[in-house]
Amino acid sequence: MSDAPKISVRGLKKSFGRKVVLDGIDLDVGVGESVVVIGGSGTGKSVLVKSILGLIDADQGSIKIDGEEVTTLSRGHREALLGKFGMLFQGAALFDSLDVWENVAFGLIQGRGMERNKARDIAMAKLGAVGLGPEVGELRPSELSGGMQKRVALARAIAAEPEIIIFDEPTTGLDPIMGDVINDLIVKCVRDLGATAISITHDMASARKIAHRIAMIYKGRIIWDGAPAVIEHSGNAFIDQFIHGRADGPIQMEIRAL
Amino acid sequence: MLDFLASVGRVFIGFLSASGRLAIFTLTALSHCFRPPFYFRLIGRQMIDIGYYSLPVVGLTAIFTGMVLALQTNTGFSRFGAASATATVVVLSVTRELGPVIAALMVAGRIGAAIAAEIGTMRVTDQIDALSTLSTNPYKYLIVPRIIAGLVTLPILVLVADIIGVFGGYIVSTYKLGFNPATYLHNTANNLTSIDVFSGLIKAGAFGFLIALMGCYHGFHSKGGAQGVGAATTYAVVSASVMILLFDYLLTSVLF
Ligand SMILES: Nc1ncnc2c1ncn2[C@@H]1O[C@H](COP(=O)(O)OP(=O)(O)O)[C@@H](O)[C@H]1O
Ligand SMILES: [Mg+2]
Repeated sequence: MSDAPKISVRGLKKSFGRKVVLDGIDLDVGVGESVVVIGGSGTGKSVLVKSILGLIDADQGSIKIDGEEVTTLSRGHREALLGKFGMLFQGAALFDSLDVWENVAFGLIQGRGMERNKARDIAMAKLGAVGLGPEVGELRPSELSGGMQKRVALARAIAAEPEIIIFDEPTTGLDPIMGDVINDLIVKCVRDLGATAISITHDMASARKIAHRIAMIYKGRIIWDGAPAVIEHSGNAFIDQFIHGRADGPIQMEIRAL
Repeated sequence: MLDFLASVGRVFIGFLSASGRLAIFTLTALSHCFRPPFYFRLIGRQMIDIGYYSLPVVGLTAIFTGMVLALQTNTGFSRFGAASATATVVVLSVTRELGPVIAALMVAGRIGAAIAAEIGTMRVTDQIDALSTLSTNPYKYLIVPRIIAGLVTLPILVLVADIIGVFGGYIVSTYKLGFNPATYLHNTANNLTSIDVFSGLIKAGAFGFLIALMGCYHGFHSKGGAQGVGAATTYAVVSASVMILLFDYLLTSVLF
């Protein structure tokens, strides 16, 4: 890991109406580093990664990618920058009007202008890498189970061999075994591509497996970050409550007593 | 009283900001119409969706419109002893006005809703964001093909509707009202000028643009899951229908 971070976020703020979602996020991700962001539902994890991608315009703060400030870039330049990224969306977000292989090959054909036959071969190879055979490539996304859709989305995210990959809750909603299969795939993809990765999860087993470093988001800020090995002994009451999944503790869910 | 003024003000500001958003969306979409890459395959597919699959419903409404028009015109004009004008009134009404408007309203219900539902679903399931991350501009990939297809296809549909509508009038006039077929056709052809047809086709192009634009706009800005997509669909159809009638008046007063 070199010294200059691949991604550097400083003081990032975003509100929707009066609801403050991000309230000054600071986060660095080194080249080739795999950072996992943990935090409760609705704490703004997806908003954070969409802001990094430029899909959401932040209200305030700085985002640097390879040292270049991107929040002030024009639309066109920002779009060009998206070519460095691969993203696995929380709900897979496969194009339901296209076959599975066309989904995986989409960035190659539409984005890079690659010839269809060649892109198809690459797509089938990527599907193989996530454990799906060529017959799956001919199906429509709606014919697949949730776990298969996530794997297709993973294949699509890595098809163009991006420098930075973002995984938004890759294992949520999957059974533990399929979840672990996905974890292994992510670790392998990141290692093989030498990519920088940001993953979002609530799943501590997944976080421990994928992460070089874990960061926890709470009330719009990163309240702790450190290596997975030391998270058990963080001495941070918020972290302890989250990783042990206790209802009692400093993190108060917004619910009222019956 | 102040409350009342405040709520009027809020509605007015809401209207202005909605118009502004629509204007920006329209200009962005138009600017992408002229910059590569162009997705010709998608334009072709949209043209088939919008045009070919709308033929049955547009044809049916056109034939009934022509038929009822012949009946009503004959009734009205007989009172002035001018029943012989039926052929002329039918062909002018159909080509200048009813063909474009009725075809456009039918297509607005069919296609405007489908466009809004499809793009709205893509929005709420992050598929539009996914396009961006795959180096594909959503305006170019989703919006431009639909707008161009709407603009090009509606005039063709309306030309078909014109022919079928006039034919409907001819059937009723000759079989039911006892007009001489040769005289009826002669009157139809002789009093029709090319401007009658072209003005209708120009309107049709504008309506096709509006239908696709409203479907895309409301779909693109839908939020909040299935309910949001449902609302977007309704808005798309209602706003397209109102715009069609509004622009029908404006274009008619400008073109002639
Ligand atoms: N486009 C949006 N418009 C309004 N509110 C939003 C939007 N996107 C996210 N939010 C709100 O921001 C908060 C954080 O959302 P999100 O980042 O999806 O949470 P999570 O951490 O579970 O990924 C939620 O309360 C959500 O309601
Ligand atoms: Mg999320």
